[in-house]
Amino acid sequence: MREVLSLDGVSFAYETEEDVFVQAVQDVSFTVRDGEWVSIVGHNGSGKSTLAKLMIGLLFPATGSVNVFLDPLTEDNLWVVRSQLGVVFQNPDNQFVGATVQDDVAFALENNGVSYEDMQIRVKEALSDVGMSGYHNHEPHHLSGGQKQRVAIAGALAMNPKILILDEATSMLDPQGRSEVIELITTLRSTTGLTVISITHDLEEVLLADRVFVMNQGKLAASGTPTSIFEQGTKLQEHGLDLPFALRLSQLLRHTGMPLVGDHMSEKELVNELWTSHFNK
Amino acid sequence: MMEKMIFGRYLPGDSITYRLDPRSKLIFIFLFIFAVFLANNTVTYAILLTFTVFVILLSKIRIPFLLGGLKPILFLVVFTLLMHLFLTREGDVLFQWKFITIYEEGLRQGIYISLRFLILVLMTTVLTLTTSPISITDGVETLLNPLKRLKLPVHELAMMMSIALRFIPTLMDETDKILKAQLARGSDISSGSIQQRVKAVIPLLVPLFVSAFKRAEDLAVAMEVRGYRGGEGRTRFRKLQWKTSDTMVLVLLGVLSAIMLYFRG
Ligand SMILES: Nc1ncnc2c1ncn2[C@@H]1O[C@H](COP(=O)(O)OP(=O)(O)O)[C@@H](O)[C@H]1O
Ligand SMILES: [Mg+2]
Repeated sequence: MREVLSLDGVSFAYETEEDVFVQAVQDVSFTVRDGEWVSIVGHNGSGKSTLAKLMIGLLFPATGSVNVFLDPLTEDNLWVVRSQLGVVFQNPDNQFVGATVQDDVAFALENNGVSYEDMQIRVKEALSDVGMSGYHNHEPHHLSGGQKQRVAIAGALAMNPKILILDEATSMLDPQGRSEVIELITTLRSTTGLTVISITHDLEEVLLADRVFVMNQGKLAASGTPTSIFEQGTKLQEHGLDLPFALRLSQLLRHTGMPLVGDHMSEKELVNELWTSHFNK
Repeated sequence: MMEKMIFGRYLPGDSITYRLDPRSKLIFIFLFIFAVFLANNTVTYAILLTFTVFVILLSKIRIPFLLGGLKPILFLVVFTLLMHLFLTREGDVLFQWKFITIYEEGLRQGIYISLRFLILVLMTTVLTLTTSPISITDGVETLLNPLKRLKLPVHELAMMMSIALRFIPTLMDETDKILKAQLARGSDISSGSIQQRVKAVIPLLVPLFVSAFKRAEDLAVAMEVRGYRGGEGRTRFRKLQWKTSDTMVLVLLGVLSAIMLYFRG
């Protein structure tokens, strides 16, 4: 599969005061391929948001390079690249620019000089894609968190980007809002072949990804499929990460001497093994 | 009282007034202020008042709702009337009782000036009640556009205005939350000496400011990421459309002014 975004030996440090630097990202390299769903996990302060900012050119690496569609990201192609990337952040309120849902979705289109007629069509389409068609005239404070994030996704996708970057987009939502958003992303991916790079703490969401990157203290500590990552068990916890509930429970059960055999990524798998093993006795 | 006050608020609805272009409404209000000052006798004030009632009826806003929502301002109107009644000492004496003397001129002046005030408040309220903040912003931006040549940052001003309007409810909610959180900790801003109250307000303001700055920072990032780089090369999702009815509104105002000029004393 074709590469759509890659980081090549990227390092970045924030200058907090005169000559005082905080190394936020250190020598990170990875490649994201067309249509992949990649999760980036890691404890607070491990450099995840900094990575996102480097990918969209809000920050530029001190060393190394960020390549989007095989071209290095520079000041010159910054705005073109931004029109090809959609980004959704954590706080649903703070990224809602428009006075109403449709104005917010149109914001990126307006900025990119899309014609009036085109805009009307694209806003309608984007809203129907995220299942918010009936809400075009609603004001943000009359929407739930999940709905606001769906509008944000519509706004991010209005320019038809190939890549969607989510920086903890579900972390401020209630469980219902969270599953709304995750469900939407799953659907969008299957209908449009969107590439998704999702920074998240939600381990159930991580399980849906094709690959997981684990960040620790600014470095890429591990990468691989969700199963291979969670198999590392205790090593993950050293990186400040929790295991999914089912996996943790199965570990604890094993610890107390229960003879379990499989990996239990989901509760269902665990329940299945528990009741069948009991049945066999 | 805060919820019921309707001065400057928008009330979603539909009528001719709602459907007018914000530009015609803004120009109308601006010129109407001058027209109001043409009135100087009973006939002209009567014409003006009739016209105002006509506009309110056209807007389909219920008059009791309008007056109810403007109560705090109506107090001001009555206050103006009383000030003139008691303080003006010109013309014949109409009424005398103990130390209170009311002169003819005082009554006239009081009625005229408070009526003028009332009419202006009613008209602007009808404007804001029937025009969404976003159309007002659009209207202002388009009307001020020629001033761009004078290096006035028209687009930026309109953007600031629309973002401020967008965040008012958000910040109101937040104030409410912080207020409740502080109340739960036993802070009290509704009693005590002025000094104590001011002190109690500080723990309310500080978190509000901190969060507002955080929001501003997030918003700036979100805007930039979605390709915002000022007004240049930007297209618009909303199109203003000047219709025959908009021209009619201004013609109507012209006719009103002509009639008032004719009957002016
Ligand atoms: N604007 C900033 N100025 C200075 N230091 C920062 C800034 N933003 C982040 N940092 C620091 O950089 C490191 C990585 O932060 P961040 O990328 O936000 O982590 P994460 O998103 O994984 O929680 C942290 O140590 C953080 O304190
Ligand atoms: Mg972060």
